Amino acid sequence: MTILAILIPVTLCMGVIGLAAFFWSLRSGQYEDLAGDAERILFDANDTPLKSVKRGRVDTPKETTP
Amino acid sequence: MMSNLTSAERVMAMLITGAGVLVGLIMAAAGHGDAFGAHGWVILIFSAVLFFFVAQALYDPEPTEDRSTAYYDDPTKVGIILSLCWAVIGMAMGLWVASLLAWPDLRFDAAWSSFGRLRPVHTSGVIFGFGGNVLIATSFHIMQRTCRARMPNQILPWFVLLGFNLFCVVAASGYLMGITQSKEYAEPEWYADIWLVVVWVAYFTLYIRTLARRNEPHIYVANWYYLAFILVVAVLHIVNNLAVPGSWTGAKSYSAFAGVQDAMTQWWYGHNAVAFFLTSGFLGMLYYFLPKRAERPIYSYRLSILSFWGITFFYIWAGSHHLHYTALPQWVQTLGMTFSIMLLVPSWASAGNALMTLNGAWHKVRDDATLRFMMTAVVFYGLSTFEGSFMAIRPVNALSHYTDWTIGHVHAGAMGWVALISFGSIYALTPVLWRRETMYSWKAVEWHYWLALSGTVVYVFAMWNSGIIQGLMWRTYTESGTLRYSFVDSLIAMHPYYIARAFGGLLFLAGACIGLWNVVMTVRRVPRLTPELDYPTNSEAMEPAVPVAE
Repeated sequence: MTILAILIPVTLCMGVIGLAAFFWSLRSGQYEDLAGDAERILFDANDTPLKSVKRGRVDTPKETTP
Repeated sequence: MMSNLTSAERVMAMLITGAGVLVGLIMAAAGHGDAFGAHGWVILIFSAVLFFFVAQALYDPEPTEDRSTAYYDDPTKVGIILSLCWAVIGMAMGLWVASLLAWPDLRFDAAWSSFGRLRPVHTSGVIFGFGGNVLIATSFHIMQRTCRARMPNQILPWFVLLGFNLFCVVAASGYLMGITQSKEYAEPEWYADIWLVVVWVAYFTLYIRTLARRNEPHIYVANWYYLAFILVVAVLHIVNNLAVPGSWTGAKSYSAFAGVQDAMTQWWYGHNAVAFFLTSGFLGMLYYFLPKRAERPIYSYRLSILSFWGITFFYIWAGSHHLHYTALPQWVQTLGMTFSIMLLVPSWASAGNALMTLNGAWHKVRDDATLRFMMTAVVFYGLSTFEGSFMAIRPVNALSHYTDWTIGHVHAGAMGWVALISFGSIYALTPVLWRRETMYSWKAVEWHYWLALSGTVVYVFAMWNSGIIQGLMWRTYTESGTLRYSFVDSLIAMHPYYIARAFGGLLFLAGACIGLWNVVMTVRRVPRLTPELDYPTNSEAMEPAVPVAE
């Protein structure tokens, strides 16, 4: 069963990638406000992207009031 | 479609499709006389059609809208229509192969219409054509909405969607010509596999880039499910399809592995394809569209995250339960069996979580067939994951393996869970995507629901009966220790169930046809939703910056 010498490392590797992703999500505050996170997808009054304010890509919002 | 592309993007699209024409031409010339050459022509025609479609709109006016004010939905729309077309094709092929088993004369004595060639057209048609397109289309929708950000690029989503469909066309046409690697659910040959890797890397890049642009700090759980689907399918696909082509201008290749090694790789792939293609992505769909449609947040968001990590870590090990009582070492079989049983925990956590979300919204489930599609899908998910864990137990497998019970189990999952959640999501998504008030006909949705449900139930019950009868007949011995029944005896016993199975498939196919018709009519006939909002929703609405009254 030499194939297991390939499949088990590949599988473990995928597990390690998963674990790394999990720790990243834990440390980057993904699980800080679970109730709010679950609710926010339901707000669909305005089906448009938010204005981007990250990393300096500030799109100046258009004036909508006269 | 083309009006949203800038002229630079149109030129880019022409370059890519032009390269496709060139590759097709080279393949057709180099592989002349081989099925490889025939596939060259398929690629050439597919690319040429797209090339001319782009070319005729090359000098159309540039898009005027400020792109960042809207999501990019054109590829999602095309993906939804394509998925329903594939559903009708794939399920029609399913009905044909089911009928072939009951009435073998339906083969018409042609090579291309033999069971072995038509069956993969059915399986790939429904899994990759229907399921894959639904996954890609809904993932484009969900990633943009939950990130509150537009996709980073307008060419990449088209490349992913149309490139994937090219793969599906090459796969299906190849089966009819007799091209196959003989690996279940991984039948396409080496060149199609390499192309899918390219498409898949583009898909992963697109997803990650959209996530990186997100304006919402939290990554909603559905995205994790979709990401696991994309990433794991890439790894599985590459490892299982490692093969050496017999010739660079021929279709045939030889697997890098042999014997039980090859079988183990195949079922490591095969079961994880079920896990990450047919479960993970569709759970992402469930976790987005079910709360949206029920207008309630998921019952326990914490549990949804927990079951995600549970599924991700457990599923990978379950594949060897496909090889009980084979040359595979006993401990590897036991490992697969153990993890299969452990899987019940995260699977039922998801199913229970979804049903608890509906608690307090049961009146909506009663009145709204779309939500009922999703609810029923969850019930079938719970049932088939229980059945799967049960069948993975070695002594149970002794009865069920190689019988129609397995077929029944797969279809309880594929029709009951995967297809129903897809249809529910499509009905929830279509009015939102095309900004229509409602579906064209809610009665047609009801009809589709009941046809799909009754078709699934007839199919699954027929296969349970036939499978268990078959399994019991094969293990019945006479007093002198010889087998009581011949194989033909078991075939005759299964005949009525095969007819019932074809009938169940017919009902399910009829439902899918109604679904396609209803979506097309919604797009063509239902008036646009008039925005009753006090803020601009798109560029047209944004034009009169000063109210008319002033």
